[in-house]
Amino acid sequence: MQVSVYRFNPEQDESPRMQDLDVDLPPDRDMMVLDLLEMLKAKDPSLSYRRSCREGVCGSDGMNMNGKNGLACITPLSEVVKRDRLELRPLPGLPVIRDLVVDLTQFYKQYERVKPYLINDSPPPDQERLQSPEEREKLDGLYECILCACCTTSCPSFWWNPDKFVGPAGLLQAYRFLADSRDTATAERLADLEDPFSVFRCRGIMNCVSVCPRDLNPTRAIGKIKSMMVTRGT
Amino acid sequence: MVTNGSSPGRRGLVDFLVQRVSAVILGLFALCVGGWFAVNPSAGHAELAGYLGTPVMLAFASVAIASLIAHTWIGMWTIGTDYLRPHYFGRVARGVRLAYQVAVVLVLLAYGAWAITVIWRLA
Repeated sequence: MQVSVYRFNPEQDESPRMQDLDVDLPPDRDMMVLDLLEMLKAKDPSLSYRRSCREGVCGSDGMNMNGKNGLACITPLSEVVKRDRLELRPLPGLPVIRDLVVDLTQFYKQYERVKPYLINDSPPPDQERLQSPEEREKLDGLYECILCACCTTSCPSFWWNPDKFVGPAGLLQAYRFLADSRDTATAERLADLEDPFSVFRCRGIMNCVSVCPRDLNPTRAIGKIKSMMVTRGT
Repeated sequence: MVTNGSSPGRRGLVDFLVQRVSAVILGLFALCVGGWFAVNPSAGHAELAGYLGTPVMLAFASVAIASLIAHTWIGMWTIGTDYLRPHYFGRVARGVRLAYQVAVVLVLLAYGAWAITVIWRLA
């Protein structure tokens, strides 16, 4: 199988290049893309990528595999290799630090901007703020995000306006706290997002849904934020 | 850097509502005119002018023209803010975007005035 890997070391290279490598795979078993990267790194230790848990929980090894974002550790080669070829690139739309490692600063700034924590100005009760099972159920499909950035970096609206459009991951978390019965900052949260870019730059093309390794649906959450704005703000 | 856009405040929500309401109005107008053609397949210019020249259809057509202009402006402004960026145009990006927006406004005003003139000639 031929593997083409994006290589860029800013200390040595003037511009990025694709490195083509021929790899002999074990014929009798499938393997994850991360396993392949480990094989390549054993031969060339200068190859750089992030990885940690190797089971789709930490969200470190998000990358672009044959044109589609995903987590290398839970993407089998059998699912992603086309015509015996695999092209590995860093997540699109963010500055590359080295090889497959991108600078996620802009992504985290947008995440921070939606205030991803509970805001409740009333005095805290002795034990905890309670929720009914129905209220808790509204957070399903929202809290599971691991911030791997696969969705946000697959979104053209984020590519064009990364400083203004929050992006699907940030907006999923924005709705996670808008939907939380214990949060009292709903009006302020919505007011912070009513400009033409933060939420409304989403055109609903659903790239985010297509690539999410946790099968979450940011487009639906964004639609619900828009609905809340219309029903509460008009 | 993180900003909430060159047009802060509630313009995003207002634009969103204007685009949806104008789309509904344009859809209804298209249905009215298309439906009229469906039930009058052999109609010519005189019959169409008679239909559009009624006070109700004149008012409806005027609202539809205004909706089309508003809808187009928001869409074209969005396209401009997506693609006319320093990444492609460097330091002159702001000037390019301003020229583009002025051109869009002039074209839309010209088309709007022309369409209103044409439609009200039928009154």
